[in-house]
Amino acid sequence: MKTQSKRRPQPLSPDSSPNPFDILTEEIVCKILDHLHNDPFATKAFSLTCKAFYFIESRHRRILKPLRPELLPRIFHRYPFVSHLDLSMCPRVDDNTLNVISSTWKATLQSINLSRSRFFTNAGLSSLFVNCSGLVEVDLCNATQLTDLAASAIAEAKNLERLSLARCKSITDMGIGCIAVGCRKLRSLCLKWCLRVGDLGVELIALKCKQISSLDLSYLPITEKSLNSVLQLQHLEDLVLEGCHGIDDDGLSTLDQSCKSLKMLNLSNCQNVTHTGLSSLINGTEQLQQIILAYGSSVTSDLVKCLNAYSKVQSVKLDGCTVTWSGIKAMASLNAPVKELSLSKCLGLTDDGLSFLVQSHKDLRKLDITCCRKITYTSIDIITNSCTSLTSLRMESCSLVPKEAFVLIGARCSFLEELDATDNEIDDEGLKSISRCSKLSILKLGICSNISDEGLAKVGSSCLMLKEVDLYSTPLASTLIMTEILLVQTTKCSYCQAEGSEGLKDIRSVAISDAGIAAIGDGCPALEMINIAYNDKITDNSLISLSKCRLLKALEIRGCLGVSSIGLSAIAVGCKQLTVLDIKKCFNINDNGMLPLAQFSQNLKQVIYLLKLMFL
Amino acid sequence: MDHRDGQSVEHQKKDPQQHPHPCFTNFTTHHQQQKWEDPSLLDYSTRIEPPFQAFNPNCQTKSSFPCNPNNQIKVPDPIMNELLQASKVQDWDPSAMLNNLSFLEQKIHQLQGLVHSIIGRGGQVLGQPDELVAQQQQLITAALTSIIVQLISTAGSLLPSVKHHTLCGAPPAASLAQFQPQNGGGNSVPELPNTVDVSSNSGEQQNHVMEEHEMKDEEDAEELGESLFPGTYEILQLEKEEILAPHTHFCTICGKGFKRDANLRMHMRGHGDEYKTPAALAKPNKESSSEPALIKRYSCPFAGCKRNKDHKKFQPLKTILCVKNHYKRSHCDKSYICSRCHTKKFSVIADLKTHEKHCGKDKWLCSCGTTFSRKDKLFGHIALFQGHTPAIPLDETKGPIAPSDPGDGSEATNVVGSMNFFNFGSENGVDVKGSLDDPAAYFSPLNFETCNFGGFHEFPRPASDDSETSLAFLLSGTCSYNNNHNDVERS
Repeated sequence: MKTQSKRRPQPLSPDSSPNPFDILTEEIVCKILDHLHNDPFATKAFSLTCKAFYFIESRHRRILKPLRPELLPRIFHRYPFVSHLDLSMCPRVDDNTLNVISSTWKATLQSINLSRSRFFTNAGLSSLFVNCSGLVEVDLCNATQLTDLAASAIAEAKNLERLSLARCKSITDMGIGCIAVGCRKLRSLCLKWCLRVGDLGVELIALKCKQISSLDLSYLPITEKSLNSVLQLQHLEDLVLEGCHGIDDDGLSTLDQSCKSLKMLNLSNCQNVTHTGLSSLINGTEQLQQIILAYGSSVTSDLVKCLNAYSKVQSVKLDGCTVTWSGIKAMASLNAPVKELSLSKCLGLTDDGLSFLVQSHKDLRKLDITCCRKITYTSIDIITNSCTSLTSLRMESCSLVPKEAFVLIGARCSFLEELDATDNEIDDEGLKSISRCSKLSILKLGICSNISDEGLAKVGSSCLMLKEVDLYSTPLASTLIMTEILLVQTTKCSYCQAEGSEGLKDIRSVAISDAGIAAIGDGCPALEMINIAYNDKITDNSLISLSKCRLLKALEIRGCLGVSSIGLSAIAVGCKQLTVLDIKKCFNINDNGMLPLAQFSQNLKQVIYLLKLMFL
Repeated sequence: MDHRDGQSVEHQKKDPQQHPHPCFTNFTTHHQQQKWEDPSLLDYSTRIEPPFQAFNPNCQTKSSFPCNPNNQIKVPDPIMNELLQASKVQDWDPSAMLNNLSFLEQKIHQLQGLVHSIIGRGGQVLGQPDELVAQQQQLITAALTSIIVQLISTAGSLLPSVKHHTLCGAPPAASLAQFQPQNGGGNSVPELPNTVDVSSNSGEQQNHVMEEHEMKDEEDAEELGESLFPGTYEILQLEKEEILAPHTHFCTICGKGFKRDANLRMHMRGHGDEYKTPAALAKPNKESSSEPALIKRYSCPFAGCKRNKDHKKFQPLKTILCVKNHYKRSHCDKSYICSRCHTKKFSVIADLKTHEKHCGKDKWLCSCGTTFSRKDKLFGHIALFQGHTPAIPLDETKGPIAPSDPGDGSEATNVVGSMNFFNFGSENGVDVKGSLDDPAAYFSPLNFETCNFGGFHEFPRPASDDSETSLAFLLSGTCSYNNNHNDVERS
């Protein structure tokens, strides 16, 4: 696109014949520009074409995500109509910057993201909210330095609808009280980890901001006292009560309110809430669609029976819970057509249980059985048989599932979009079968020692939609020091520590080489993320083929000793949108590789490299 | 002597109205005795009354009024009787007793001689100045005092037998009352009546017994907020002067007043070695945990007050402390002004101190300018009104650190009071058992002694202290119990 937009005016201008764009009004050009939003380089190229385009583009731009805060002063002049400002790439935003921002985009600014920024105080916020009265969305996550004074500054934003204050640990009930009184139009509020906000603040929010539809109260020291008011909110749809340890069955039993509009309820990590508390909490909610009870009390028939009355439930997440047979039976007899089921790390989930469950929920679209270690071929057989419309199957570390099972997956689940088979027995036959899933966009095959180029080539040629490929391999013990192994164990096996060592034992026999990667690079133009860490047969050729994936954003080639600067330069030139690069332990990459990176990869946000590469 | 008599007469006049309490203790003893004999009643009392028993000793001692030291002495009498009835005779050393008695006899003889000589001279020097008379009088009273002290200490060792003799009259009490004033006259409590006649006292007792019964009848007809049965408690009413008296503990020798019994005990050390013994310095033991006393409730003397027994919806006060605080808060001028805000006034010093602790701090401020002492009150206010917001002071760098649950002065007091109350209950359950096992031991001479000199708490101290100290008192009482058990000889 970039080349097209560059070329188009070229033949016209030398003749000084009338520019066809002169005929088009600015509005029409803007409409054209609207369609360029997928490719950041297209708009850039467009603006660099001529002064007129530059002017139009600067008027047209609404969303701005500056990569460097020091360029902000110039941006202010160039883009007068910015409405969405994302400062998440600017770690240092001080009061002065906020002052300038507020005076520049006084009327236009609608949303601002300061979640990764620091060094601003209530003074800057005050000028921002006083001047930019049109602000609708503000993200102030992680602003631990903000106090109640800042909260009272936020309260100036009368039109605010979405506010995130996650981890604003210094804000107390007083500040929340100010916000509750000031921002009456709030629809979405996140108070996660605002540890100093208690019942009083939440209660006032519920009393004053009647429009709230989404409320995140995770990890707040609140009790049922404020819940009573929260449940009175007429428009409340999403309620997150993750890790609210002050909420228990006794308290919930005293609730005399019910929220009719509630659609999503998250009670993760609420160990004090059992089926009695849950039933009194969701009593009277007619619209309930999603319920998350991860890491809570064990899944018994009583708990599941609470959900029986809600016919619209589509998503049930029970990750990390202990599942009983009676609970499974009750779940199987749920009236609701469950489409999403998450049972990862569920202790006690067996073949029988899972089979019984999926047979009664044939509409299942998403299934997560990560680390369900008792699952075998039988389950996969029945899952694939009954849930043919499955789009997402995550089965990392299901160690008892044999390779034949993956053939079934490919053969029967043709709508599959996401498959996580990390740390499984899947082999080339399975991959060939899975390549039939033409919509596959996420494929994770980390630590799968049985796959080879052959299978990958088939996938690369068939799955054109692939966006994310994980071919992470375990590092070879010979090439690594022991500490690194340990590190890998802890980082990679985020779910189960035990599996790491097991994975180490069977080092990939048929290693993936350039041929497999080349197939993917050639066949999957939409590729955005690929991880080929610790595949030591990978050479520059792989990277050269991957450089054809122009949308590549994340590349991890950690520990690929065969990769040199040549390959990296090819990536730098080809993949201009690269934002994350991991070249740790790629000892053959030197300055010659880094220089093109610095020159071309202007979107680069994060480079992980070993200390040896000090030249960066 | 004439001088003294005059005073005693004066006191006699006032007494019936002014000091209703002392007789009350006697009144209770009657009941106690009855109950003691009746096993079922006894059982009942141990089952139901424990929560209050811890209070009772306190109340008794507290209610016994400074100007009426005889009351303090009379308290143990019933106990002694009971002890007799229980036919628990303590071991005592007759020879030591004989020594003591002969010593006393000597002293009395000396005094007798002195008085004789005065009388003899009285005819000669009729026109002598009053000064000399007063001097002589002082001399005699001093001698009498020492005799009385000796007598009492001797009596302490003889407890069982002495009791028997002192049951009807109250000779030691009377004599003690007599000796007390002489120095007290020059003390900081001049309005204190100096002597109490035995006769007046007994008359008063009768009076009060009657009064008590009358009250009971009234009670029966009344609805009470408490879950107590109307007949299970009795109503006492202190007079205004009693309530407002600054001191509650008085030295029996020099008459000096104290707010705390511990201070009195420290003071007593200066009066001789006999007050320095561990027993004398020990904390007063509550003497009556096995005493099936009636639960006592108090009435406010202020007519028309809801806490007054004549009020239609009478709600009794639980302790003397409650009476004091209630009377001061409700019916007295608020003379203590907060030195910080100069607006808040209090009539109880503890309230002032509580307020001053929080005055200026923890001000929960609304944008309308209203301040609140509690955060939840502020939030309630904000929830109620449109447009009011919490006001955050500009100078603060951090949000106000919320006190976990800042209680208002009065509320806190109430809460503490009630908690306190329950603490007693639990503590006492244990006590009662112990005393039932060995009642005689429980009524050891030590108790007698503590009744005399101790058992008082300073009234106007912060209510929050109350639970702790009284609990500690209880605990120490139970702990020291065994130690004192064998200490029959009163030193």
